[in-house]
Amino acid sequence: MTKTGTDKKLDTILKKYEPRPDSLIAVLQEVQEKLHYLSEDALKRVAERVKVPLVQAYSVATFYNAFSLKPKGKYIIQVCLGTACHLQNGNQLIEELGSLLDTEMGVPTKDGLFSFEAVRCLGCCSLAPAMMINGKTYGNLTADKLKKIIKEYKAK
Amino acid sequence: MDKIIKKKDLDAFKEKGNRLLFADSVKIAVQAGTCGIASGAQEIFDFLSGQVSSGKFVLSRTGCIGLCKREPMVNVSVPGSVTVVYADMTKKLTEELLKSWIKGETPVKNSLMTLDDALYANPLKDLKLPSGHAKYRDIPFYKKQEKIALRNSGFINPHNLSEYIARGGFYTLFDVLNGQDSDKIIDEIETSGLRGRGGGGFPTGRKWRSCRNAKGDKKYVICNADEGDPGAYMDRTVLEGDPFSVIEGLAIGGYAIGANEGYVYVRAEYPLAVETLKQAIETARNHGLLGKNIFGTDFSFDIRINRGGGAFVCGESTALMASIEGNVGEPRTKHIHTVESGLWEKPTTLNNVETWANVPAVVNMGGSEFRKIGTKGSAGTKVFSVVGDIVNSGLVEVPMGMTLKELVFGVGGGIPGNRKLKAVQSGGPSGGCIPADKADIPIDFDELVKVGSMMGSGGLIIMDEDTCMVDVARYFLSFLVDESCGKCTPCREGTYQLKQILDRITRGEGKPGDLELIEEIAQVTKDCSLCALGKSAPNPILSTLTYFRDEYKAHIEKKKCPAGVCKALITYTIIPEACTACGKCLKSCPASAIEGGKKVAHRIIPEKCTKCGICFDVCAFDAVKKV
Ligand SMILES: Cc1cc2nc3c(=O)[nH]c(=O)nc-3n(C[C@H](O)[C@H](O)[C@H](O)COP(=O)(O)O)c2cc1C
Ligand code: SF4
Ligand code: FES
Repeated sequence: MTKTGTDKKLDTILKKYEPRPDSLIAVLQEVQEKLHYLSEDALKRVAERVKVPLVQAYSVATFYNAFSLKPKGKYIIQVCLGTACHLQNGNQLIEELGSLLDTEMGVPTKDGLFSFEAVRCLGCCSLAPAMMINGKTYGNLTADKLKKIIKEYKAK
Repeated sequence: MDKIIKKKDLDAFKEKGNRLLFADSVKIAVQAGTCGIASGAQEIFDFLSGQVSSGKFVLSRTGCIGLCKREPMVNVSVPGSVTVVYADMTKKLTEELLKSWIKGETPVKNSLMTLDDALYANPLKDLKLPSGHAKYRDIPFYKKQEKIALRNSGFINPHNLSEYIARGGFYTLFDVLNGQDSDKIIDEIETSGLRGRGGGGFPTGRKWRSCRNAKGDKKYVICNADEGDPGAYMDRTVLEGDPFSVIEGLAIGGYAIGANEGYVYVRAEYPLAVETLKQAIETARNHGLLGKNIFGTDFSFDIRINRGGGAFVCGESTALMASIEGNVGEPRTKHIHTVESGLWEKPTTLNNVETWANVPAVVNMGGSEFRKIGTKGSAGTKVFSVVGDIVNSGLVEVPMGMTLKELVFGVGGGIPGNRKLKAVQSGGPSGGCIPADKADIPIDFDELVKVGSMMGSGGLIIMDEDTCMVDVARYFLSFLVDESCGKCTPCREGTYQLKQILDRITRGEGKPGDLELIEEIAQVTKDCSLCALGKSAPNPILSTLTYFRDEYKAHIEKKKCPAGVCKALITYTIIPEACTACGKCLKSCPASAIEGGKKVAHRIIPEKCTKCGICFDVCAFDAVKKV
């Protein structure tokens, strides 16, 4: 049986961690990052590797916001709805993104390029409203700025 | 890599560090914390990287110096002169000013201030003060600040160990390991009156003492960098700007309580902080400052980083430890304290980032010196992130005891647009809203509790008169509903029911008796929840009910939102007499809810209006009214 690219990626990740239960979260984090979600198969293999029952891997995967059992976009847009951003109308950005990308929160665009979600505070409150795309933070956002940024990512 | 074992090794690093900090050539350091980068610092750094081969200046980077509103900022020093900080920089301005900088000139254009304070002095020689610039203490924002936890941020290169050592770093650890009894260190921390900076304000010395006295073959120290309170970012700034101070603090703590392993639990949303800390740990390890037999003594100590998974409750001590163990982050009852049975059921000391960053400074200056700063019950300084409706939004470190008023109007520069202060929210989702007329209370752990709020981790959200306090309470409740772990019923159901009621009230469906019902549910949630998340969850709603009850009543009885925030309770209309028919709102309305034509006053079609408020914002003639 030949292995798919995803399988190989998973192998590489699994090998990096010690087969101990306390590696669970770190392994899941890396799988989430590299494969954009935790598939059933991935969860089973991670559980096996770090020697925890599948149910524990599943409960951890569903407890933390950082994990998702469904694919996310290649670019994950995290819109801040922390206190400062809430007061600066961060909600408006969420609405704006919905119409801009023609999708709703948590559902990737058809081309798989983007998905967006809400987070509570990115630690850039003086630049509210703020958002982060794959680890890069953007602040003082307006509808126009948002449009421009999305366009840049589409062109990448 | 050269190991640091003897004092003379430290001295050698110190000398090197001083040469880097106070260079013989023109030096440009870009303040490149997350906030700086988001404002454009990376672009400036990249541009300068491209120019550095000219050999006419050296390029470095540093963390954030606090005045986030004015970023990107660039520190420039020419040989023999005090550093000048430039603010509101762009790539273009950098390009222009660079021409002068490389000639050894520091023009005043875009200059914010000089770093002429004793805190940033060159220990080896006096530096010349370049003329025409504002001095550090001339700036109202910095005038009354006193920096301990932020002593290095925005000044040193966080990746450079020798610069940290040049600032006195690791000498304290050296002295501690060479001859100090661990009890004596704990004495020092107890004398200092240092209280935990992560929320509860528990006396740090007492915590350490209990942990040291607890039985166990293995013990742990943990740094809580989960920084979950929205609006607070001092921990991120310390990790990004001065990671070695946390490492040194943890090592001192480890030695004092008898732990050889430390953990830093950092939240998922802080990639740059994780990266900076990771590099710092590796550097420290490479030089023998972490690992086996530090400074050639019997003491071995190492640190691991765990990244959080985006769950607020994991900032709670028992949940955090469960999460490090690889489990779901649910709190447990604390009938046995974590200092006796914490991580892997071993005695564990958990402190916040700012607390750890304070530790080397406290031990170095001595407990009684530290105690002289601040108030009787709250010694030292506290870092606050002052954000929201405030002119100088950013990070400040002030002595405890300063009044809120002074912090907002003195340091913070007041409310933009000459609007009135309505309230200050402190303590995150566990805290409360302090009304403007109570703003003369001193900042102190116990004083804040007396007015129904708490210190929390130091996020202060400044709210002007256009803020609806019912909406603020509803916001915090929705945060808590999302973040309640669900383990116990009072918190899971209590927060949910409270939110339902607030949702109704802000929709204009409030009923008589709602406020009494809120108070009843709040009381049960407070009394019966398992962990502090649930126990403090009603605070935002109770404090706003205490101070802003009339605003709740207006929503319920008159179906009005006095601040004009709750969408269901406001309508936008255009006053025909004021409308010049310029057409701007008509073009901007995303819902096509505005009609009108050339020379015909415009009108909003109520059925189509989504109340986004864009017309209100764009109208240059104040013709759009919100009622
Ligand atoms: C729900 C909840 C969230 C918390 N979040 C944090 C946090 O993000 N950072 C932090 O340092 N402490 C947080 N705390 C407080 C910690 O439980 C703990 O008291 C603190 O880290 C101890 O360190 P300190 O004594 O230095 O403040 C939280 C507490 C609760 C109940
Ligand atoms: S009080 Fe809330 S967060 Fe704490 S254990 Fe109970 S449900 Fe979980
Ligand atoms: S509230 Fe949005 S970055 Fe802090």
